[in-house]
Amino acid sequence: MREDYTPMWESLGMDLSAHDALLGVLEQGYRDIYLAQKNRPEGMGYFDFVMSEVHGLRIKELLDEKKQNRKIIGSYCVFVPEEIVLAGGATLIGLCSGADFAVEEVEKHLPRNTCSLIKSSFGFKLGKVCPYLECADMIVGENTCDGKKKAYEIFAGMVDNLYVMDLPQVKSTQGRALLKEEFERFKTAVEELTGNKITVEALKEGIKVVNAKRAALHRLAILRKADPAPISGLDALLANQVFFYDNPARFTESVNKICDELEVRIKENQGAFPSKTPRILISGCPMAVPNWKLPWIIETSGAVIVGEEACVGERGTRNLTDDSGQSLDELMEAFTDRYFKVDCAIFTPNQERSDHIVDMAQAYGANGVIHYGLQFCQPYIMESIPVENTLENLGIPCMRIETDYGMEDVGQLKTRVEAFIEQISD
Amino acid sequence: MICAGIDIGSRSIELVLVENEKVIETRQTDTGFDPISQARKVMKGIKFDQIMATGYGRNLFEVAYDDASTVTEIKAHAAGVRCEFPEALAILDIGGQDSKSIRLNDQGRVVKFEMNDRCAAGTGKFLEIMAHNLGFSLDEFGPAALAAQKDLQINSMCTVFAESEVTSLIAKGQDRQEIARGLHSSVVKRAVGMLNRVGAQGPIVFSGGVAQNPCMVQMMADALGKEILVPDHPQMMGALGAAMIMAAKQ
Ligand code: SF4
Ligand code: SF4
Repeated sequence: MREDYTPMWESLGMDLSAHDALLGVLEQGYRDIYLAQKNRPEGMGYFDFVMSEVHGLRIKELLDEKKQNRKIIGSYCVFVPEEIVLAGGATLIGLCSGADFAVEEVEKHLPRNTCSLIKSSFGFKLGKVCPYLECADMIVGENTCDGKKKAYEIFAGMVDNLYVMDLPQVKSTQGRALLKEEFERFKTAVEELTGNKITVEALKEGIKVVNAKRAALHRLAILRKADPAPISGLDALLANQVFFYDNPARFTESVNKICDELEVRIKENQGAFPSKTPRILISGCPMAVPNWKLPWIIETSGAVIVGEEACVGERGTRNLTDDSGQSLDELMEAFTDRYFKVDCAIFTPNQERSDHIVDMAQAYGANGVIHYGLQFCQPYIMESIPVENTLENLGIPCMRIETDYGMEDVGQLKTRVEAFIEQISD
Repeated sequence: MICAGIDIGSRSIELVLVENEKVIETRQTDTGFDPISQARKVMKGIKFDQIMATGYGRNLFEVAYDDASTVTEIKAHAAGVRCEFPEALAILDIGGQDSKSIRLNDQGRVVKFEMNDRCAAGTGKFLEIMAHNLGFSLDEFGPAALAAQKDLQINSMCTVFAESEVTSLIAKGQDRQEIARGLHSSVVKRAVGMLNRVGAQGPIVFSGGVAQNPCMVQMMADALGKEILVPDHPQMMGALGAAMIMAAKQ
């Protein structure tokens, strides 16, 4: 019997019946999409458990942390440095925004032509269905795309604990200086929230913990180069999604365990799909839980996803932070360097991203790239045409898809994806 | 060995039988509300060894017929068109409710394709509704437009908005034929855009039901500045391709 979390949800001021509906959809989706897969690594059992307790046990853990006076910070972007949060003795949670909710309510506040991700973040708040959001002591927004920037102005009126981080848009000396200053300002804000002074040791420890979880995902990514692919793209995506809200040490351990298992699988020439299955790299907007629509379409149409060039994926976790610095300033410099390399489409120019897509397509042996743009996401959709041209000039087939969280276009998408798979596998 | 190809589209179903690379039978019917029973009807009394389904109903068909295989309409069209025109390097297909453009390489493999999104704009359905609004039958519509002296520009590609544009042009006493030509011209513009997006070059084949409309063919040729190839039975390309792909598998 599962524990009854109703009193806990109630204490967070959530809308219980709306929340039940959301959990119902989530469970159903997980069953149909995840549990229906064949040849899953045993280690995925951990993630199945995490998902089944996503609004239960994990929330309880966070509330227990809060009882010990630990603060919870929620964020919407990979630019928010978890190292600083951990060094301040707080916990960082990625707020997911991967499903439509309370759409009518949302459209009272946001124009219809806003991307699904932003709408979803509002929907979860307005519908009172996200326990992470409700238990956060501080919510961090950031000035990335115009949609988010403006949305936070409105969001500020809905919550009383929003902190907005400014971000550069150009990779210049001034841009880097701005990022560093913003990290300093954030550090002070975390110190004020937690009442803990961030020390060199604490920051080093924070860097170590976060590096370890990124390194575990790097290990997983490299194993996906094998043919047959030892793990499905859906399962690997899930690991990348859970990265954002699990306990860091436990997450690292679980991913490494899966990697041990995958190494054995590779030796035994076993895969999640047969060898020679067409391989696809996904590139573009982040896919937050439970946005599994496109990967599900791809992997039920006869291809396997071998990498995600996205913030929930390699763009977000690519680089580690140099932890050799001996002073606070050296360490702050080190991770300013690290974050400054994130090639989000809000930067201009952004040649690095295009180069990374090509590198990844080659490194993972992808037969083709599917560029995933959320409808109305200007930065990524604008980049998609040059990306497509670059890839095709190199002889790497590319298909651009624009979609949202709705299910109306699944039939159409399936035909396009199947035709693309035929194209790259003939 | 007889191979069958069946194309279950949103408006019509086509069936082609192929033996020794020769078409021995073709059939067609409306899709109606129940594609599978319509498919059964069209298959009544024919014999074949293998069948391959394409079109939006292909997966339904695969469920209903255990030993059917499926192929997308993109690959099926490419195969069908190349069977009639081995020199083809690009395809424009405009059917009842969808349209697509495909670029092929010298071997006839698909290298790039585009499909229209979720609406009737630029498809046969659009022309059908407009013909009705102007009081033409579908067969009259193309020739009437072709005979017009000039086209009246229609600004909207959305079926609903275009309808009201047409109504107000009629109210202003504008010439029916010129309005018809304007409507054709807007579909042509969209089709040219789709062909450009896949980088279409070389011999172009126009298939799908709309390729039977002489005004569309003429205006496409004018817009692209070259001759457009049209199969004798432009609606059969998907089914033909499916049958040919099945045959090649044997
Ligand atoms: S895509 Fe850009 S804005 Fe979105 S999470 Fe990544 S870095 Fe942040
Ligand atoms: S998906 Fe695009 S539009 Fe939406 S928040 Fe991210 S960058 Fe902004």
